Amino acid sequence: MSTFDAIVRLIYVAAAAGFVIGLHLMNSPATAARGNRLSAAAMALAILTTAVVLGHDRAITLTGILVLIAGAAAGGAAGLYAARRVAMTAMPQLVSLFNAVGGGAAALLAVHDLTAPATASTRVAVTGTLDILIGAITFTGSLIAAGKLQGWIPGQPITPPGGRALTMLLAAGGLGGGVWLCAQPGNRIALILLTIASLGFGITMVLPIGGADMPVVISLLNAFTGTAVAMAGFVLGNPVLIIAGALVGASGGILTKLMADAMNRSIGSIIIGGFGTGDTTTPIGAGGAAVREVSADDVAIQLAYAGKVVIVPGYGLAAAQAQHEVAELADVLERRGVEVTYAIHPVAGRMPGHMNVLLAEANVPYPQLKEMDEANPDFARTDVALVIGANDVTNPAARRPGNPISGMPILDVDQARAVIVIKRSMGHGYAGIDNELYTNERTGMLFADAKKGLAALTAGVKTLVG
Amino acid sequence: MSTDLVVDLTIFVLSLLVGFEVISKVPATLHTPLMSGANSIHGIVVVGAMLIAASARGFTGYLLAFVAMAFATANVVGGYAVTDRMLRMFRRRPAIARDADGTDEVTR
Repeated sequence: MSTFDAIVRLIYVAAAAGFVIGLHLMNSPATAARGNRLSAAAMALAILTTAVVLGHDRAITLTGILVLIAGAAAGGAAGLYAARRVAMTAMPQLVSLFNAVGGGAAALLAVHDLTAPATASTRVAVTGTLDILIGAITFTGSLIAAGKLQGWIPGQPITPPGGRALTMLLAAGGLGGGVWLCAQPGNRIALILLTIASLGFGITMVLPIGGADMPVVISLLNAFTGTAVAMAGFVLGNPVLIIAGALVGASGGILTKLMADAMNRSIGSIIIGGFGTGDTTTPIGAGGAAVREVSADDVAIQLAYAGKVVIVPGYGLAAAQAQHEVAELADVLERRGVEVTYAIHPVAGRMPGHMNVLLAEANVPYPQLKEMDEANPDFARTDVALVIGANDVTNPAARRPGNPISGMPILDVDQARAVIVIKRSMGHGYAGIDNELYTNERTGMLFADAKKGLAALTAGVKTLVG
Repeated sequence: MSTDLVVDLTIFVLSLLVGFEVISKVPATLHTPLMSGANSIHGIVVVGAMLIAASARGFTGYLLAFVAMAFATANVVGGYAVTDRMLRMFRRRPAIARDADGTDEVTR
């Protein structure tokens, strides 16, 4: 190893260390922004070093340089535009798109290396095959997921007749092409079979998955992208790609597990799909039990004279884009000296931690955002729990065996002294069962759209007790 | 099995373990920025795209290099920019003026 090579290797190690420390700083909101900037600096260092290597080796052609600059300009402009313009509610789509391009780029690296058979060793063939398989599945799978989240593709599970058989056929094609390619690394037909079957499998894998399961799907595809990048590192013999890919793989893996646990579902059952719609299961339970309906003015007075209010935001709040209205209500209450916090279930929103970002955007200070484990002991000393657009995650039935949500971790809203639920109708959540919280004698139902209901409450607090 | 492959596998496995250790300490509040930040890190694939551009010859090679480079750069630039935008929203106290108690510390 020449001195130059040694220095380059050491700089890559420094960049990898920057990624790890950057992720470590993400363990607190106070240091997270600094961690992200450190990680970005490490990335810039790695890119700059690679540019120096290309210049030093003098291997790159002028066309190659122009191609690089054009690609960087096009990709950089598109990425920056998307990052600046995206609405916080559309964050899951954007993350999904970044998964797609990351996985796609990783797969392309292996395609390129495997079309140069002179250099293809068994090691390159095996890791390259895995790279293409995982990267291509991630590419199309993430595009479908982004389309579902954006509403361009219907969110409910899409299961055309024979879809399952097609998925199996594509899986067999991908595996067969992969084995063939490993046996004959230069074989173009094997490469094409592998690529096309993997791309197809990505589509048929995500299409049958329902919108409610998207937090799990995004996390899983994130883990896939990381793994694909690590495989690209094996192909190129570049440790910094292996380290970075493994870190992302670990991150995606952890989030997948957390989301699946919070939904009380196994990863396998989500991938097999067909659930997560709420319209295929038949409602069970008492049905039609009496609920107490309350008016916005009554609730406003109740809130204004409470000592401690816990707001429980759910997907319905995000769907109605009412995060600014809820922050305004909280602000008005705080000015009156009411203690206000938010209790956030892990699957509130459409990706892990999504609700926190939406509330942070609405200027809610992060010390008020409580995770489930932190929030639950507080409900017993809460005067009013205000549930907005959350359903299954507040259902006490989860504590009993024998129903679809048994064992699911829930927010202990029913332990508050009074509960107010803002909801448009008595409709069911994704699990398709009655929420026993609504028929609790301490619960008042305020039937309204989240946005309008919250605005009415804020106006009520201001005018009635202002 | 070559020594190189064993070394690379060692790096891979240890990095996975480091990843699990570091990331399991990130609070749920930050899971969206975490995922988006991790997303930018897998943009390291840009280094690979640069390396294949150096060995690319012929139209197909350059086309692959161009698309890989565009994808990877979008991933890096967009990922870091959007993560930074999100993280700047997380404030202890919002920037808007408050007429309440005036103390910065949250009492609970």
